[in-house]
Amino acid sequence: MAGGSKEIRAKISSVTNTKKITKAMEMVAASKMRKAQARMEATKPYVEKVKRVIAHVAGAHPEYKHPYTQPRATVKRVGLVVISSDRGLCGGLNSNLFRAILPKLKAWQEQGVVVELALVGNKSQTFFRSYGGNVIATVSDLGDTPHIGDLVGTIKVVLDKFDQGDIDEVHLASNEFVNTMTQKPTVQMLVPLQAEENTNDGQWDYLYEPDAPTALNLLMRRYIEATVFGAVVENASCEQGARMVAMKSATDNAGDMINELKLSYNKARQAAITAEISEIVAGSAAV
Amino acid sequence: MAVSMQVDIVSAEGEIFSGKAEMLFAQAADGEVGIMPHHTQFLSQLKPGTVRVVSGDEEDHFYISGGIIEIQPSMVTVLADSAIRAADLDEAQANAAKQRAVEAMDNAKSDTDIARAQVELAEAVAQIQAITKLRDRLHKTGMA
Repeated sequence: MAGGSKEIRAKISSVTNTKKITKAMEMVAASKMRKAQARMEATKPYVEKVKRVIAHVAGAHPEYKHPYTQPRATVKRVGLVVISSDRGLCGGLNSNLFRAILPKLKAWQEQGVVVELALVGNKSQTFFRSYGGNVIATVSDLGDTPHIGDLVGTIKVVLDKFDQGDIDEVHLASNEFVNTMTQKPTVQMLVPLQAEENTNDGQWDYLYEPDAPTALNLLMRRYIEATVFGAVVENASCEQGARMVAMKSATDNAGDMINELKLSYNKARQAAITAEISEIVAGSAAV
Repeated sequence: MAVSMQVDIVSAEGEIFSGKAEMLFAQAADGEVGIMPHHTQFLSQLKPGTVRVVSGDEEDHFYISGGIIEIQPSMVTVLADSAIRAADLDEAQANAAKQRAVEAMDNAKSDTDIARAQVELAEAVAQIQAITKLRDRLHKTGMA
């Protein structure tokens, strides 16, 4: 019986160590999430302002229409930008996203549409490596403070393909930060832009410098970069939130497990003592 | 009091300036422009340089490394680039992204090898556990 209680004691100490680690990870994630949320808020003004400018452009009556605003008649190939985290231990964050993507991929496959993937984050690379897919660009290890400069190359690969007519639509898959507990996987269309309803009644157009195609092209590219960057920053908040929740439940489970183990340890100890006493009593009775 | 316009200067990583101003100077694609309220609609690429915002006696200077300026009669929006941008630099980064994609797919083999090894290890562990349990049971029944 003594051997059994020794095993239980070893198990208790190992679970206690695990609990310490998960508790530490929970607290680290909580602190990182606050910072990530602040960064998420900081990116919002830019996206809002670009959207406002694009809405103005849509309200104008330009002679030049940018290709990114014109849906193509036939869609044969699409680009899909997938934003995932670099690290695991964040609950179902990434797998929920992939589960949301799969029906889309199946639907495209049925329509004979070829999908080209641009992957952000290690987890999506691992997933599509086993699932298969045509990967055209990847970027990972963005760290806790992603910079827009890290994403420029990947976005350029996708948009260049669109410009050359190799792909006809670009979609973006990422997690939306609802609150700490909830992340919502979403897939949205990035290009062509869904222009908002034309509310301006004026018959005006911009003065462009140096010319309309250059200025509008720059504006559209910055808009798409800002949208993707915003999604990356939002995904970072989601990751920390999901990790915090996952680690909290792991810590709670470890606590429950320790309690159960302590109970069985005490039972074993009690049994050993009882056995010893009865042996002594039996021995003294024999004398 | 002079008429004023709303000025917003933002970059992808944060808001830089937001407020009323009477005049604004920036480096547009074809040279420096001075903007006053009720300017006609104007959209331009910005060259690296200083954006000056004048309101009353105050004058604010912001250095930006490029971007876009959009002007409406009552507002000015400056979308500043937060990273240094140049066509060939972008091209180099695009090539790097493509290269990484190729490498990621090349690494697939070694990763599947690891995954396979892990599965084999798990199977071996399960077999050992099964054997140990079986032996324990035989041992107990033997004792009884």
